[in-house]
Amino acid sequence: MASSVTPPKSKAEPKVISRTSSDLDADYKWGFTIDIESEVIPKGLNEDVVRLISQKKGEPDWMLEWRLKAYRHWVKQDYREPTWANIQHPPIDYQDIIYYAAPGSKDDAPKSLDEVDPEILEAFDKLGIPLAERERLAGVAVDAVLDSVSVATTYQDMLEKAGIIFCPISEAIKNHPDLVKKYLGSVVPFADNFYAGLNSAVFSDGSFAYIPPGVRCPIELMTYFRINQADSGQFERTLIIADKGSYVSYLEGCTAPARKTNQLHAAVVELVALEDAEIKYSTLQNWFPGDKDGNGGVYNFVTKRGICKERNSKISWTQVETGSAITWKYPSVILKGDNSVGEFYSVALVNNFQQADTGTKMIHQGKNTKSTIVAKGISAGKGNATYRGLVKINSGAQGAKNFTQCDSLLIGDQCGAHTVPYIEVKNSSAQVEHEASTSKVSDDQLFYCQQRGISVEDAHYMIINGFCRDIFQELPFEFAMEAGQLLKVSLEGAVG
Amino acid sequence: MTSKNTPLLEIRGLCVSADDLEILKGVDFTVNTGEVHAIMGPNGSGKSTLVSVLAGKPEYTVTAGTVRYQGQNLLSLEPEMRARMGVFLAFQYPLELPGVRAWQFLKAAVDALRQHRGEEDMSARDFDRMLREKVKLVDIDPDLVKRAVNEGFSGGEKKRNEILQMAIMEPKLALLDETDSGLDIDALRIVSEGVNRLKNPANATVLVTHYQRILDYIAPDHVHVLLDGRIVQSGGPSLAMELEAKGYEWIREAVEASG
Ligand SMILES: Nc1ncnc2c1ncn2[C@@H]1O[C@H](COP(=O)(O)OP(=O)(O)O)[C@@H](O)[C@H]1O
Ligand SMILES: [Mg+2]
Repeated sequence: MASSVTPPKSKAEPKVISRTSSDLDADYKWGFTIDIESEVIPKGLNEDVVRLISQKKGEPDWMLEWRLKAYRHWVKQDYREPTWANIQHPPIDYQDIIYYAAPGSKDDAPKSLDEVDPEILEAFDKLGIPLAERERLAGVAVDAVLDSVSVATTYQDMLEKAGIIFCPISEAIKNHPDLVKKYLGSVVPFADNFYAGLNSAVFSDGSFAYIPPGVRCPIELMTYFRINQADSGQFERTLIIADKGSYVSYLEGCTAPARKTNQLHAAVVELVALEDAEIKYSTLQNWFPGDKDGNGGVYNFVTKRGICKERNSKISWTQVETGSAITWKYPSVILKGDNSVGEFYSVALVNNFQQADTGTKMIHQGKNTKSTIVAKGISAGKGNATYRGLVKINSGAQGAKNFTQCDSLLIGDQCGAHTVPYIEVKNSSAQVEHEASTSKVSDDQLFYCQQRGISVEDAHYMIINGFCRDIFQELPFEFAMEAGQLLKVSLEGAVG
Repeated sequence: MTSKNTPLLEIRGLCVSADDLEILKGVDFTVNTGEVHAIMGPNGSGKSTLVSVLAGKPEYTVTAGTVRYQGQNLLSLEPEMRARMGVFLAFQYPLELPGVRAWQFLKAAVDALRQHRGEEDMSARDFDRMLREKVKLVDIDPDLVKRAVNEGFSGGEKKRNEILQMAIMEPKLALLDETDSGLDIDALRIVSEGVNRLKNPANATVLVTHYQRILDYIAPDHVHVLLDGRIVQSGGPSLAMELEAKGYEWIREAVEASG
């Protein structure tokens, strides 16, 4: 017989995020604080704060003007947050947040890795993100962002040779103003929503990537976000542009110390894919979820959107959301170019008192555009997960197709799962398919596993991982391993 | 401690109920290594209940009786511990585990057994080699192990997959719950050959079956008839033939007449 059994892949050591260390908090392994000197501006937000941030960053005037415009629009909304999501939290005092915190004291921003504070290098090491030349992750270029600034970016030389720009957005503003001016805010305008407006006014750092025409980015690009400073918000901004015929796979990981108070994270990510270009964007979101009683944790209010601007382009979002007290996030694709493809693969896990209202929007504008949505929600403890998705087929989107699948898995009987699909079709040639299911890990399945010697706890993880398989296989291999580990850690206490 | 004379399995006066329904009403049953036992009986007589209780299925309550396995109180052990100690149940209705690849499930099972014995997890290479061998042994489509456990498997594939799991776990006490049901004659032959090849003097097989058919392939040393939660008759292979010829009504009447 010609066919054979696939050799199971050997257990690779998870490298990306969950490296453990003895001094980490027992429940949330990434919960340590980095003991470094920080430059912090006073709490509160007004026009002067916006100016101060811009000044700290040494930004050109056009950037300051851009921020001010956003701020003036935002402030007019009088702190009225969107209320349509299925989440609950006490009002956020926007004057009680630090909008800029930078590791190290003033004006001595590191120019190269040798100049980065060893404490910071060590901290990222501990997170599993070694930055030093000798130890850096193979095949992944990392931009490490701590609070409001990028502290280091690896593999710069190699990327430069390929003509790829991968740098902190604060640098791109100075060094590549034409690209930034052209695309910043072109996918998520400041008036888009409350948090996007806030971000546009006060964003601190984040990553910028530009892949020139015809270039296949040889390694994965990764940004690792870390909130360290207490009472600070993180407002990062990411902009990725894939020029004609290019390809890039981009990874995003995030953690924060375990703190008693809630921390606000309001990021904006914009992706632009030109003709025949493809962007694959993967996220492992592991912000501090709060403790078992629901105290503390990150409010993750994020706007992520990509545009398939020209023909045959493709944008694919894959996310594994296990952290944050509250997640409010809808990575979306505007399918403008004919034949363009948008994908959204998501696992959202909530445990204890976590809340997640997440999903996607697929806006079909071009002809023969295709979108695929596979959303898996896992609810445990008293967690509450909502899938909210919009599929919109405009009148010009002849032959557009969407397939949506939403599956929920419940663990225990105090959690909740909700599916809220919105479908708007304005072209009769379009095909839209929606499937949904809700299941529980059954006692019979568990017994079956136990009868094969597998413990109840391991059986749970195996069944949950199986539930997520369609999503995990969209992730780069190491990230997939890591995702499995994250689920396991996030579910501790909920199963077994 | 297990001595030469300790039976592998010794059941005394076992009474079991579920949802306040009394299902087993005093079962006595002894299995020694090297033996093959067949348990026959009409639908609803308690055959699955008996083997499920031995495997530790949680929905059943033992109201009386004892079960010793290698001299040890089996009923006090968690289901996974029983499995690790060599008790294997081939399910009458194997469960689907969506998204869980069959080889992954098998590897987890193998490693659980090895950990129990204080051994290291099996290397991916050794596991692959072993898996290929076993796949050949039970003559199963090698692609099945790449698929999710039992998901979209045909009835026959599910049953063969149970035997593959048995081949990999090499149990001491194999409980096969109607593994023959729903198999066509070729599949029946293949499954039976698999079971026969796995048989050795140190292990034992309990075949639960509704029909005599499988006993043409797997020769039992003892045949027992389970009726309404009691073993009402035990004998040699000829008892199975007699049952086949005369039907369960015959035995029911015989029991009622004598009782
Ligand atoms: N979990 C259960 N809860 C309630 N009744 C059960 C349960 N399992 C089995 N029974 C009942 O016990 C009797 C014996 O069932 P079973 O052991 O499956 O018989 P067999 O395998 O011989 O067909 C049947 O009447 C069945 O309905
Ligand atoms: Mg049965």
